Amino acid sequence: MEYKDYYKIMGVDRDATQDQIKRAYRKLARKYHPDINKESDAEVRFKEVGEAYAVLKDPEKRVAYDQLGSNWQSGQDFKPPPNWDQGFEFRGGDAEQFDAEQFGDFFESLYGKASARDFDGQTHREFHMRGEDTHAKVVIDLEDAYKGATRTITLKQTVLDADGRPHLKERKLKIQIPKGIRQGQHIRLAKQGGVGMGRGEAGDLYLQIEFQAHALYHIEGGDVYLDLPVAPWEAALGSKVKVPTPTGVVEMVVPENSTAGRKLRLKGRGIPGKQPGDFYVVIQIALPPADSESAKAAYQNMEKEPAFNPRAHLEV
Amino acid sequence: MTDKNLLLFTGEVVEESEPLTLSQMSHICGASVERIVEIVEEGIVEPYGENIESWRFQGLCVQRVRFVLRMERDLGVNAAGSALALELLEELELLRGRLQRLDHESN
Repeated sequence: MEYKDYYKIMGVDRDATQDQIKRAYRKLARKYHPDINKESDAEVRFKEVGEAYAVLKDPEKRVAYDQLGSNWQSGQDFKPPPNWDQGFEFRGGDAEQFDAEQFGDFFESLYGKASARDFDGQTHREFHMRGEDTHAKVVIDLEDAYKGATRTITLKQTVLDADGRPHLKERKLKIQIPKGIRQGQHIRLAKQGGVGMGRGEAGDLYLQIEFQAHALYHIEGGDVYLDLPVAPWEAALGSKVKVPTPTGVVEMVVPENSTAGRKLRLKGRGIPGKQPGDFYVVIQIALPPADSESAKAAYQNMEKEPAFNPRAHLEV
Repeated sequence: MTDKNLLLFTGEVVEESEPLTLSQMSHICGASVERIVEIVEEGIVEPYGENIESWRFQGLCVQRVRFVLRMERDLGVNAAGSALALELLEELELLRGRLQRLDHESN
């Protein structure tokens, strides 16, 4: 087992006052709270800080921890000396200790399991708590939202084994992605979240849907957008062009005198659902390069006719 | 274990699920009815319905209420502070999405 330097985790000196420790904890808890910090290691850091604080905020536990000595380095192989805690009495009971089951081996070897010592001497009241709701993101393709799909996701979860020791377990879940799901929506899987304590039921698992960035389309709510390049004459004279959509190629009419940025709507061709989204084509004018004599001649003809000042509205 | 042996889970889409009554909310969120009312009064979730008896909550409210409860438990933030945090986080999320799209388009 590795020694944990609780002072280092909290970023405080060994002679920090209880107030300084509390302030450091508040700051770090805000910084690493998994609701706020989206880094992948935030949850681990948050628990680590919680573990350090559970010891250092309690003067009795802190004194006991201090007498292990300050010569230990974080990560150094550690075994608690026999009877190291003789003569110390730990009080159990307040809210933070309910989470003690999530702390690491190091904490447990010093202070015992939450279920063992922390609640001992407290009339053995039974303790039930609903498991945490857990959250994960699922990245899907736009096509999945049109047709529905199944996805297998791997989740890392803290679970308790038979004698109540927490460990990290990988869990695979196969889930149905319903047709019509939108970016940012959530799928709730009841009781697939964190394990409850006592007879408390498991929390729920929330899967937040995110679309893989698509090479052609971008998505806003239920609406799907495509930038469609058209030639100047197609835009000016009007034309029929082929347009890819997530459900297949369609033909669309580009009305005459279309300008860049003009939006053409295919109603109900966005992401399906009770209120299906729309599919929008955004006109982009693509200019043929003037890379040959004949191409240059064509542009020179246009220069003469029709008379056109693209900056007329700038009054220059 | 291959994927074929896995049980297929079909969840509900929170945003489209049946609206919940106040007592259902209280049960699902693991908070007292009074606490839920307090959170409503802070404007964090907005049920529709004229009076408390007819209040109905959209599915997404559950997440927001639980967020507030976690903020309070873990960080000692009160309901008003949680509301502020929630709104800023939502805005951040929106901006991150937009930024991602712009990065994607400029590539």
